[in-house]
Amino acid sequence: MSDNPVFAKIKKEIDDNSVVLFMKGTPMMPQCGFSAAVAQALTMLNVKFKGIDVLADQDIRQGIKEFSSWPTIPQLYVKGEFVGGCDIVREMYETGELKKLFDQKGVDYAA
Amino acid sequence: MAMAAAEIERLIKESLPDALVTIEDLKGDGDHYAAHVVSAAFAGKTRVQQHQLVYKALQGRMGGELHALALQTSAPEGNEAAFQDKGPT
Repeated sequence: MSDNPVFAKIKKEIDDNSVVLFMKGTPMMPQCGFSAAVAQALTMLNVKFKGIDVLADQDIRQGIKEFSSWPTIPQLYVKGEFVGGCDIVREMYETGELKKLFDQKGVDYAA
Repeated sequence: MAMAAAEIERLIKESLPDALVTIEDLKGDGDHYAAHVVSAAFAGKTRVQQHQLVYKALQGRMGGELHALALQTSAPEGNEAAFQDKGPT
């Protein structure tokens, strides 16, 4: 791992929150269709997640791409592990794999 | 900025020579594509790793001049069977 200072910040977010979505905009007000689709899938599964708006932090916006070796936003992390971007998450949602992953990892569901 | 489908295919095949690449221009604007890539290089890899191989092939264009590329990746059919030792057929 490189010594890019923003990596520590990203690491802390994904360590402190079981489900983290790096996205454009917020879960309530997504600014991009791909981010909206993933936020919606998480909401449909009733899972608690933290949305991080990369548009509000240019360091994170660039840093997360290097951190994950992934060139696009959104990016979903579950229990510190990179799950994928929009295509993968959408596919996993449709096949039921995403729900299975949340159950396996024991993430919290919204009340 | 846009990128031609042929150019996307060329870059992918440059790093994954065996790849079968199907590209669809979703909106006809040369900016929103869907690609299906089949390559033996994907065998035994997670989906994240498979997509990373394709992104690597695109040499940083993804997220830059290439705005939207919906990706679907898989190893060739029958390849999984090769891993299961079922004896001669």
